[in-house]
Amino acid sequence: MVVDVTWQGARVGAQDAAERANALRKLRLADVLFHAVTRSAAIFVLLLLGGVMVALLLGALPALTTFGFDFVTTQSWNPVTEKFGALAPIYGTLVTSLIAMAVAVPFGLLIAMFLTELCPMWARRPIGIAIELLAGIPSIIYGIWGLFVLAPFLQQYVQPALIATFGEVPVLSSLFAGPPYGIGVLTAGLILAIMVLPFITSISRDVFDAVPPVLKEAAYGLGCSTWEVMRHVVLPYTRVGVIGGVMLGLGRALGETMAVTFVIGNAHKISSSLLAPGTTISATIANEFTEAVGDLYTSSLIALGLILFVITFIVLAIARYLLLRIERKAG
Amino acid sequence: MSIATAIPSAASGRPQADPAVLRDKVAIRDLEFFYGQSKALNGITLPLYENKVTAFIGPSGCGKSTLLRVLNRMYDLYPNQRAEGQVRFDGMNIVDPGVDLNLLRARIGMVFQKPTPFPMSIYENIAFGIRLYEKLGKRELDARVEQSLRRAALWDEVKDKLNASGLGLSGGQQQRLCIARTVAVRPEVILFDEPCSALDPISTAKIEELIDELKEDYTIVIVTHNMQQAARVSDFTAFMYLGELIEFGPTDRIFTSPSDRRTQDYITGRFG
Repeated sequence: MVVDVTWQGARVGAQDAAERANALRKLRLADVLFHAVTRSAAIFVLLLLGGVMVALLLGALPALTTFGFDFVTTQSWNPVTEKFGALAPIYGTLVTSLIAMAVAVPFGLLIAMFLTELCPMWARRPIGIAIELLAGIPSIIYGIWGLFVLAPFLQQYVQPALIATFGEVPVLSSLFAGPPYGIGVLTAGLILAIMVLPFITSISRDVFDAVPPVLKEAAYGLGCSTWEVMRHVVLPYTRVGVIGGVMLGLGRALGETMAVTFVIGNAHKISSSLLAPGTTISATIANEFTEAVGDLYTSSLIALGLILFVITFIVLAIARYLLLRIERKAG
Repeated sequence: MSIATAIPSAASGRPQADPAVLRDKVAIRDLEFFYGQSKALNGITLPLYENKVTAFIGPSGCGKSTLLRVLNRMYDLYPNQRAEGQVRFDGMNIVDPGVDLNLLRARIGMVFQKPTPFPMSIYENIAFGIRLYEKLGKRELDARVEQSLRRAALWDEVKDKLNASGLGLSGGQQQRLCIARTVAVRPEVILFDEPCSALDPISTAKIEELIDELKEDYTIVIVTHNMQQAARVSDFTAFMYLGELIEFGPTDRIFTSPSDRRTQDYITGRFG
């Protein structure tokens, strides 16, 4: 242990040194305590995660042992005969999230590019704040708005146009088939897109802002247009952050419950049309938990939750893997 | 203020150089520059001669980098910065709002203080700029990339790892990569903004050697804090102080018999 005892060149007596050692010992005790507290806080989170996982597994066990692997491959969801299959909600979860990302990622990136490169200074803050406020709107409000405003609007104007436009095109005609209900998978996807947009936008904007100005200047210095600078220099430079933002948005889209429950129609069937009602995992759980009588019914709902957990986990794992590969390729 | 006398002497002050050989590549006249309300350049008048190296020297904040950034309109990226006056280049006034910036920046390339390789492979770093303006076949593109890397004296060091990331090179190599990238789009003028300030002495020597070779084909402007460097690499030197051009002339004259007291004080290290 090194103690500096040469303060102002004065010699320090043995007694002073002992006092000092004493003070240091107290400090060290505090440090040990600090270590212990931080470590137990971190371990607590791990325990919590493990606990949730174990609870889900135990709860889902009856359903999983009864239906086996068929649980994830069958569509029927019949509380009367107690035949439960999760395929429809899994499909609905994946498709609504896919629609949300397909809309929100390009939109979010374009907004972020506009805000960081093109927007006049005075407008940057107001627009940025507006986007962050979008993230602060409670999901129930999105649900109400989706049900009473967006769905009727889509039903009246957008969906008939889609049906008319793609009616003759081979694959698209089945994607946009059937009567315009207003509520359905597409509407849920669009609501989700609006909800995840602020995440993708604000994270992308932050990482774009973190690009060293001199790197952008170098690209502009070669004669690049703004688009070329964004596409070839800023995006590659910030890909890790951007993918992080996209994944955060995707995580939100996969798990979002309230808004989706309002507008998806809650029908346990898979339809080839995006305009038809469907359901998602979280919407199913929220809708049916109160009326789930019988252990198998409850257990099936818990099993749905477990599946959502696994899906989210897989998505995150894939994202990590992709990042790792990009990193290795680019060095 | 000795600009009026200094500029004619630029042409006549060097007995061995025939004055008729000196051609203005860029002619700066009465240039003013503003950061918001504050004036950073005041009435700069200065020629940049073709196939010569002109060095801008002066203490920090004197406006030498600002002047450099006017030449390729880099200041346009930032709000509230504006220039007034004349910067004649090939019949146009660079500071005119109507100038095509992309084309201007392709014709007046820039190398920065810190190496700025793009986040892509060494090959792509060079090919990227070329593709902006020219559609070349694979073989022509390869040839141009090689030629540019050779021009920047980097080819032998990287020819076996063209697909490796440009970020993996050493600082000096990265800076030569940036020079190769600039050369690849065939500019007429190259601006160097303290290109060696982040480099070790050996890399610095290489870059200086390179600048000496490049002036055969390009008009070169270099901003530097290092007076020995200015003396070594430049043909003409402009000494700036507090946003004004104090003295301009052939480098050997500026360093041996400066006509202004402030120039003398600066180059002898009395301030700055």
